[in-house]
Amino acid sequence: MPRTLTINGQEISARSDQTILEAAQDANIRIPTLCHLDGLTDVGACRMCLVEVAGASKLLPACTTRVQEGMQVQTDTERLRAYRRQIIELLFAERNHICAVCVANGHCELQNAGIAVGMDHVRYDYLFPKLGVDLSHERFGMDHNRCILCTRCVRACDQLEGAHTIDVMGRGAHSLIVHDMNVPWGEATTCTSCGKCVMACPTGALFKQGSTVAEMVHDAEKLAFLKAARERKVWNV
Amino acid sequence: MGKLRFASVWMGGCSGCHMSFLDLDEWLFDLAEAVDVVYSPVADVKTFPEKVDVTLVEGAIANQDHLELIHVIRKNSRLVVSFGDCAVTGNVTAMRNLIGEAEIVLDRAYKDAQLLRPQVPHDDGIVPPLIERVVPVHAVIPVDLYIPGCPPPAKRIRAVLQAVIEGKSPEMIGREMLKFG
Amino acid sequence: MNLEELNATAASERLAQAKKRHHIRVCVGTACQALNSEQLAKELQAELRRRGQNGDVEVKCVGCPGLCSLGPLVEIESQVNGQAAIAGTEGGQRKSILYQFVKPEDAGEIVAHLGGEPIKRLETPLDQPFFTRQTKIVLEHCGKIDPERIEDYIAVGGYQALMKVLTEMTPQQVIDAITRSGLRGRGGAGFPTGLKWGTVAKADPNAYPTSVPVGIQSRKFVICNGDEGDPGAFMDRSVMEGDPHRILEGMAIAAYAVGANHGFIYVRAEYPLAVKRLRTAIRQAQRAGLLGNNIGGTAFSFNVDIRLGAGAFVCGEETALMASIEGGRGVPRPRPPFPAECGLWGCPTLINNVETLANVPPIIMKGADWFASIGTEKSKGTKVFALTGQVAHTGLIEVPMGITLREIVFDIGGGIPGGRQFKAVQTGGPSGGCIPAQFLDMPVDYESLAKVGSIMGSGGMIVMDDSTDMVEVARFFMEFCMDESCGKCIPCRAGTVQMHRILTKIQEGKATRRDIQILEELCDLVKHTSLCGLGQSAPNPVISTLRYFRDEYEKKLAADETNGKTPQPSAQVANPSA
Repeated sequence: MPRTLTINGQEISARSDQTILEAAQDANIRIPTLCHLDGLTDVGACRMCLVEVAGASKLLPACTTRVQEGMQVQTDTERLRAYRRQIIELLFAERNHICAVCVANGHCELQNAGIAVGMDHVRYDYLFPKLGVDLSHERFGMDHNRCILCTRCVRACDQLEGAHTIDVMGRGAHSLIVHDMNVPWGEATTCTSCGKCVMACPTGALFKQGSTVAEMVHDAEKLAFLKAARERKVWNV
Repeated sequence: MGKLRFASVWMGGCSGCHMSFLDLDEWLFDLAEAVDVVYSPVADVKTFPEKVDVTLVEGAIANQDHLELIHVIRKNSRLVVSFGDCAVTGNVTAMRNLIGEAEIVLDRAYKDAQLLRPQVPHDDGIVPPLIERVVPVHAVIPVDLYIPGCPPPAKRIRAVLQAVIEGKSPEMIGREMLKFG
Repeated sequence: MNLEELNATAASERLAQAKKRHHIRVCVGTACQALNSEQLAKELQAELRRRGQNGDVEVKCVGCPGLCSLGPLVEIESQVNGQAAIAGTEGGQRKSILYQFVKPEDAGEIVAHLGGEPIKRLETPLDQPFFTRQTKIVLEHCGKIDPERIEDYIAVGGYQALMKVLTEMTPQQVIDAITRSGLRGRGGAGFPTGLKWGTVAKADPNAYPTSVPVGIQSRKFVICNGDEGDPGAFMDRSVMEGDPHRILEGMAIAAYAVGANHGFIYVRAEYPLAVKRLRTAIRQAQRAGLLGNNIGGTAFSFNVDIRLGAGAFVCGEETALMASIEGGRGVPRPRPPFPAECGLWGCPTLINNVETLANVPPIIMKGADWFASIGTEKSKGTKVFALTGQVAHTGLIEVPMGITLREIVFDIGGGIPGGRQFKAVQTGGPSGGCIPAQFLDMPVDYESLAKVGSIMGSGGMIVMDDSTDMVEVARFFMEFCMDESCGKCIPCRAGTVQMHRILTKIQEGKATRRDIQILEELCDLVKHTSLCGLGQSAPNPVISTLRYFRDEYEKKLAADETNGKTPQPSAQVANPSA
């Protein structure tokens, strides 16, 4: 059933099973995201896509909130812009994101988000946590310094590859992406080396070995293609 | 309108930002028309002067000399500009923080990695002691403008300086002006 | 067991108890047990056997009577003039005395004084305000009955409400009764319980994809949330330890009302005694036919399982709790959809707090109007609080909604010890706020507490005197939230770390006005953008202390402010190496 709603005053129609994010994308309205990836289920974790919905007491994540008839959505208010910048600054302060020496420099969703929110510096103290780099896999590497814990790799591995090699351990600031029961990636027996996690990664945390600064280009769109092609059984798009 | 008193300093960084500054090529002549360079790595001035209009600070705060100088800079400058990623974020200079505090870093560099006569160089008053952790400039003093980039592209530096010369705030918006790295 | 059998069991148990001349009740709640009260009970029994008195004196191990600071507590109820004395029931003339700080070696003296003059050394008055100012509904049996004997619970009217519901009421009538009673969730947020029940009852189990494990027939679930984790809170623990059947009965009634056949009690593993007693209670209830298939000979079936929390505070949040029961990582997910529509394994699920469910049987038995007559207009009934901190009597109290903070702290709690002044009371644990002295005469209900920047919460109440450093209080709770953040959403995971850092900086005297500004901005961010209640309420202790005790923050700021601008000296720059 179609639903009519307004986003930033613009009247749009959407299917009742669509989220605010999907409806906005269809209408070419950009809502910033980090943990969302077309082709994976949404978890509403990064809070970048929070929007204001008239009548709702709380801000709602566009990626997990379904459209409703007559919904009035604001995606780009001053308040939301301020929150988004704070969130991005928190991420940059949390781990060791050093664009200058990163494989994903120039192709990084976190870096792009920083530009989009107008971040010229980070107000918070940099925490400089001591984190490792896992190069035990023969083809790929994982640099925890650059991980933003969006869990896109976890979901890609589970939902698209069906391996569920990757998950999160620990909690809070001590959360860490792990392979199998926290073994080096190269020793994870369930890993099929398919590389979908690397495609899904928004930053330089997951990379192909041998990539140097600015060389790592992720192919996140391939995952959405894969999902859609499997569902529709159409591969020659 | 008189000429602006312009300074640039080189703290805990690689001088790449200054190299990029020199990439402004012939616009440097225009700049020279508008400002007096009163202190800079490219000028032979020993003490940081008073009544400076704008100071570009390249590099992070990494040792005792930086720490002392940055307070003088703040006191004597109308505008302090964090110039490049090291000044804005700590960047590569701050990567030593991942190893630990000053002593651990010095041991790693001068003892653990040396086979012949490992020793930490020190000479009071000559070799400035490292501070425990490298921090960006704004962690120590208030900063008025930030120019990200490693190094900031010459166009970006020019856009900021042009605005400052004209007495405006530079528009720090978009990839051209804000991309780190 | 059907209604007649239930009544027969109750009658025979009452008769057996009436034959005893003295009832000695020893608290074996966690606090008293830690002070060797189980050994005390054994010594008392041994002493009675030695004196050949074990026939007419009953020693009963009971749950928490409340006044934990005076424990171990022993209550002795004796017949007067040979009349029958039945625990927890009216009728018969009885005389009670209460002994405090009782040790196992006091057993002989206690037995020797049975029926005679009380031991002055141990006696503490039962008519002190701590007891007389309370109104006990949830805790009415705690400290009176043996939590490990179902007969004891049945003797005081236990499972009558369940029988009444199953034989006389439709599910809708049950929901109507709960709705009319005005009962609201006791877990913290105060959501109207009847409304929640009604939503689950109406919810379509096929609305969302489900994945119920093989072997579980139910397509709706009832969950009792016993993952009590607030520092200083032990209300739910005491109910689970002291009156476990009450919770099972409440759950069964809820299950009948919403159409569920399976329930889970989620208890934190740090409550081993509660787990043990709940397990015993479930076994006894199953054996008695009060849980399981065809309860009381009706068509209604309901099974209960226990799930242990593995130590994560966030698992008290309902969606994280369900993820944990499902065997997944205990992290919350965005709502909507709410558990009432899409909960455990995708099925409609009712989640209620321990105390909420414990309120259900009396509402059914005594009526919604009776319950609604207690409390204030919007907050009905009573609330159990764990009264702790710098107050004379610490322990567990149950008071009618609308009582003032002053009555709680100064009458029931006995005021501030050591000649110090009252400064603030912290309610709601790490999600709550600090309420200063100016609001002492404010009624305690959901709305009033929210108005002054705190919350009812699950019932932790920490009293602070004038020696308390309020910034340290805020820092303590922020550290708690930082450690307990699950790490899923960025504002809570990274924001709590930065807030804690700034609070630490303030305590070290290295912060500036600019830091307070950043702190306030972070409070706003984390409160409004975090995924779940943990993050959304994590800034509350900071916000409320900034609101009422801002001067304490300002006094600690670094002195120098140069240039008309605020400098930002960083803790990291201190101590340059030589």
